[in-house]
Amino acid sequence: MHSFEPTLPWLIVLLPLLGFALNGLAAFVAPTRKALPALVAPAAVGLAFVIAVVNFLAMRAAPPLAPVIVQGYSWMPVGSLQIDAALQLDQLSMLMTLIVTGVGFLIHVYSVGYMGADPGFARYMAYINLFIFFMLVLVLGSSFPVMFVGWEGVGLCSYLLIGFWFTEKANADAGKKAFIVNRIGDFGFLVAMFMIFANLGALDFATVFAAAPGAFPYAGAVVTTITLFLFLGATGKSAQIPLYIWLPDAMAGPTPVSALIHAATMVTAGVYMVARTSTLFALAPLSMTVVAGIGALTALFAATIGLAQYDIKKVLAYSTVSQLGYMFIGVGVGAFSAGIFHLMTHAFFKALLFLGSGAVIHAMHGALHHTHSKWDAQDMRNMGGLRKHLPITWVVMWIGTLAIAGVWPFAGFFSKDEIIWQAAARAVGPFHTWFTVYWVMALVAAMLTAFYMTRLMIMTFHGVSRLPEAEQQHLHEAPAVMWVPLAILAALSVVGGWFNIPEEIKRIPVLGWLPGGPWVHEWLQPVTRTADAIFGAQVGALSEASPLGGGEVAWAVISFAIAVAVIAIAASMVLRWQYRPALESPEPAGLKRLLWRKWYVDEIYDVLVVRPLVGASRWLWRWVDDAVIDGSVNGLASGSRGLGWLSSRLQTGQLNTYAFAVVVGVILLLAFVVL
Amino acid sequence: MVQYSLWLSAVLFALGVLGVVIRRNAIILFMCVELMLNAANLAFVAFSRVVGIDGQVFVFFVMTVAAAEAAVGLAIVISLFRHSESVDTRNFNLLRW
Amino acid sequence: MIDIPFFLFVVFAVVAIGGGIGMVSSRNPVASLLFLVVTFFSLAGIYVLLNAQFIAAVQVIVYAGAIMVLFLFVIMLLNLGSDYHADIRRFGWIVAGFVAAGIIGGILSSGLTQPGLLAGGGGGALVDASVRDVGVVGAVAFPLFRDFAVPFEVTSLLLLVAAIGAVLLAKRRV
Repeated sequence: MHSFEPTLPWLIVLLPLLGFALNGLAAFVAPTRKALPALVAPAAVGLAFVIAVVNFLAMRAAPPLAPVIVQGYSWMPVGSLQIDAALQLDQLSMLMTLIVTGVGFLIHVYSVGYMGADPGFARYMAYINLFIFFMLVLVLGSSFPVMFVGWEGVGLCSYLLIGFWFTEKANADAGKKAFIVNRIGDFGFLVAMFMIFANLGALDFATVFAAAPGAFPYAGAVVTTITLFLFLGATGKSAQIPLYIWLPDAMAGPTPVSALIHAATMVTAGVYMVARTSTLFALAPLSMTVVAGIGALTALFAATIGLAQYDIKKVLAYSTVSQLGYMFIGVGVGAFSAGIFHLMTHAFFKALLFLGSGAVIHAMHGALHHTHSKWDAQDMRNMGGLRKHLPITWVVMWIGTLAIAGVWPFAGFFSKDEIIWQAAARAVGPFHTWFTVYWVMALVAAMLTAFYMTRLMIMTFHGVSRLPEAEQQHLHEAPAVMWVPLAILAALSVVGGWFNIPEEIKRIPVLGWLPGGPWVHEWLQPVTRTADAIFGAQVGALSEASPLGGGEVAWAVISFAIAVAVIAIAASMVLRWQYRPALESPEPAGLKRLLWRKWYVDEIYDVLVVRPLVGASRWLWRWVDDAVIDGSVNGLASGSRGLGWLSSRLQTGQLNTYAFAVVVGVILLLAFVVL
Repeated sequence: MVQYSLWLSAVLFALGVLGVVIRRNAIILFMCVELMLNAANLAFVAFSRVVGIDGQVFVFFVMTVAAAEAAVGLAIVISLFRHSESVDTRNFNLLRW
Repeated sequence: MIDIPFFLFVVFAVVAIGGGIGMVSSRNPVASLLFLVVTFFSLAGIYVLLNAQFIAAVQVIVYAGAIMVLFLFVIMLLNLGSDYHADIRRFGWIVAGFVAAGIIGGILSSGLTQPGLLAGGGGGALVDASVRDVGVVGAVAFPLFRDFAVPFEVTSLLLLVAAIGAVLLAKRRV
């Protein structure tokens, strides 16, 4: 059997970079010409996707057991530390590359329609091409530093794109907030990297993961610290508690950016990183529990906030935070393939939902623009009954909603159910009480998910329209360049789940007749087998039944039933509520107000972190910098000046005085020699 | 006699030092320098009674240097005088703070 | 019986010191200069007493003659001899000068007459012998042109440079 040979692996990475270069040049030379960026940007990503598919097929024909390293050049040869600019192709990075380039390509195409009228179109296309480049560096990098380059690069692109319309201060502030919060996470990543190097003397994945099981004792303090710092990095990038606060604000960017960066790809980098370093995490059960715990908490917490938001993108943003929490539950309990699988399906349906909301906003914005209305194009209280005007968007968004709510046979059912089940099945180790709690939290969050998504759909598309007649006439469906990607994503949101149907569900007749099988799980086996082996050896076999009894199939049926029930209840409830346009609505009261104001977390952070920091900085500026440091420097300067003035008095210009000085010198010399 | 010559040399040198410190006339300053050189010469000659003829040879060199110094120095004095109609060193204090 | 050379030495020494004091204290530059000439003459006498007749002759011709005439010439050229005024510095400086001169004189007189320095004393006999062999001029000339030939040539260069420099400095327009 021949082994896997990568085909043009560098082109996958370099094509988007080339696209960035061309579009960037276009943005400088001819920012008003839009033909070139509209062609080059999607083409670069599309070609990268084609090459990725070719490589994927080759890899499927001959799955490599160990990652295939593609050497570039020696980047940092420092003593014993050898860091190469190299790509690592294995099942995990291949899957991620497919998601990034595939979903990325669709969003690029969509962007041509969505951003086509924007004066900064070329700049926008350059940025998202650059983003795809860095994202691919992140997933394909063969060592921590190369991954970190991508990690920082996507952060940069995220910053640039959140603040894309930087002329409005709120957008620029949101970009800064994302950047600064991410720095806190990057600090964790860096510290973890330093500690890995200090303990193992290497930073490339192959060496580190080969050496880690021998070098670190199970549940040792060092490996626990390293993984916790890594997870701090992940919480920053993947918007988990306590660093999730930047992601909702990041919705200030263009909607395709929210879909691409802040839903489908970049924010999942933390999940990818945990899965990539699964060997280290498997050695640190405490860290795993923390990861899953933070994930469960975030999933539940963000879902509650999503219940009461009115901005359509804010709902989706909190939904993203919540779904990322699910992924962390998955990788945290040790079900790495389940986490990655949910990452994949989430990329499909959340990109779909965001792009769908983009189509809605596009239509609303166009209509409001026609009448010069000051209404908010993103506030769902201004919508309602859009089904008539946006039929395609309505259909695909319902598909997305059913997928995220976990309705069989849509994608989310399989991926989310897999995570919830794994949390229950793996509640066998020393932390099994915690895992049981996480499982319950995940179940509750799943119900909330179904509720807030249904609320979003009903408020937007159903009921009576709250938009005035004048505007309603200008509502129009999105152009083909926008709805075709939506349709493809909708199809993927339906079939995406079939890539990983567990054996147990396959066996029962009603749910299991679908084509598919546990493909993703098997596909990722070579990557996760070390971690699985450690789990099996240290914790034991998985449980057959959940803590409350009942096996995988039983709970799959239960959660399906719950999801359908919640959707039905939510639909009937929300349809009955009488909404009024945003400007006429009173502020929510009571618990609703608490959720609407996001549990006042931003305000709490402001009091606890931001203001003390600003105060301390001001104090440092006024007293330490101005008074002490500047004072001492200026004092030294004026002191030397004064001394110089004093000693300049010796320069009398009088010849005799100089002669006298010479005489004194001679006396001293003579005294020294003679006496 | 050598002994007394050396004492005399020391006294003359001290007189030269005194003149350099207390006088202001540039020409007299030069003369004081000449006096000091002569004190050194006297010491050389006196020592030639101890170490041989080399002492006298050195006097020869010292005289040459003295002549050169006097020539250049007096030229400077002349140009200074031409500049400010004075040889008083109080007037030449441009090189100060 | 009076030691005549020693008597002469004392006379010359007193005259030399007196000339020095006169030079330092005279207000008139011309007087100063003449006092210095007196000192130089008595030094020449002391050189003779020390058996350095050639040096004594040069002292009279070059120093007392040529150099001092140069000084006098400059003084007269600049017309400094008539309208002189007090050029002695303030009292504090005079005290400082006396102290410094005293210290230097003390150090020199004690340092130059340290016991070991004058031990041996065979040099005088050597000088006398070479004077007997080659004469007073030859006694200086032989080592000068044999052992110190290069420094001698350099000295001639120095004098040339000094002459050019003096011309350059004293010229009205360059």
